[in-house]
Amino acid sequence: MTLNQRSMRVALGASVLVFGCVATYVAAQAAPRANVIDMAAKRFDYAPAHFTVKKGQPVVLKLRTKDIVMGFNLPDFNVRADIVPDKVAQVQFVPDRTGTFTFVCDIFCGEGHERMQGTVTVID
Amino acid sequence: MGKAINRRDFLKLAGLGSVGVVFASALPGMASAHDDDEFFFLQLSDTHWGFEGAPNPDARGTLPKTIQSVNSLEQQPDFIIFTGDLTHTTDNPVERRKRMAEFKQIAGELKAKTVRFMPGEHDASLDNGKAFQEFFGATHYTFDHKGVHFIVLDNVSDPRALIGEEQLAWLAADLKQRPQDAPIVVLTHRPLFDLAPQWDWATRDGAKAIELLMPYRNVTVFYGHIHQEHHHSTGHIAHHAAKGLMFALPAPGSQPNRAPVPWDPAAPYKGLGFRTVDADVDEARYTLTEYPVLKV
Repeated sequence: MTLNQRSMRVALGASVLVFGCVATYVAAQAAPRANVIDMAAKRFDYAPAHFTVKKGQPVVLKLRTKDIVMGFNLPDFNVRADIVPDKVAQVQFVPDRTGTFTFVCDIFCGEGHERMQGTVTVID
Repeated sequence: MGKAINRRDFLKLAGLGSVGVVFASALPGMASAHDDDEFFFLQLSDTHWGFEGAPNPDARGTLPKTIQSVNSLEQQPDFIIFTGDLTHTTDNPVERRKRMAEFKQIAGELKAKTVRFMPGEHDASLDNGKAFQEFFGATHYTFDHKGVHFIVLDNVSDPRALIGEEQLAWLAADLKQRPQDAPIVVLTHRPLFDLAPQWDWATRDGAKAIELLMPYRNVTVFYGHIHQEHHHSTGHIAHHAAKGLMFALPAPGSQPNRAPVPWDPAAPYKGLGFRTVDADVDEARYTLTEYPVLKV
């Protein structure tokens, strides 16, 4: 391999590397930052029971409880999790439409189970 | 002497079945006029014994009144099935058993010779069906009646609203013994399909049960849980929800939450009731007739 050929390969590799870094950087800039929401569940409430997010912005839910095993089910966005005491259940979704949507505890947890629900409002 | 009219003919003549709220008094001669391929049973559901609150100011009177109405039918059904939530849930295991004992005593006043039970989540989800089994026996089982195979499925003893792999395997093994044209009736508490998951009106693995049932041509499902009459089909399988006997609930997903429909003093017991199911075994056809709590 001649010096020129080697130089060209080095230059080409560097270009690819630089381009790759730039592309990654641009992609990172373009993706909206996730909205992280910490939620506590206890018999028979969620806190917060209502929250608002933006359409298209990823949402990360961190769910905790100190009580018994409970559920979190947001069927409109196909999101559900078991919330196990002293563990963090993490789910994520990207709301793709606006409106107000109900989430519910789907593991029967006691006398007030049927009141245990909340809403997420998705805005533009 | 002409042939005595049977119940099915009577329902046809009277234009009853599947529509509206009616109270069908039997005609004289009906009692002995059943063909071998015909019978009827009663579905009662969601009695929620132990509930107290504004949605039913006659909480302790509704079930006894219903039983009085059932007992006053001129023709008694071949059997009665309660499709779950016999009692209203309580965190207290002692109180749970007290409610079950009271319910069992009151249900014992029914004149029908055969009365069957299954749990709802209010009866069974807090102790995996332990108290229910003490009072009423198995939570899932089968029985046969005049050519119809009945399958009672438990989708409530697991608080996650799961039938579970073990029971699904039991169902598969049971179905395997049936010809594909066998008349099959499934009795369960929660809907097997996703009626309104945002209100927890679903069975998480219900689709697996439906998949097992799908090859069988004559399957009908009767269930409770939603406290209202509702009819739905998954393919050729019809699913019929029954009214409750404590408080009515709103139409699926019609409002943000599933709070009980307020009691209407001008129309007491509105939205509550029970049904008869007339089976034509040869046709695998079921005629539903809805009845109010009070005989009118």
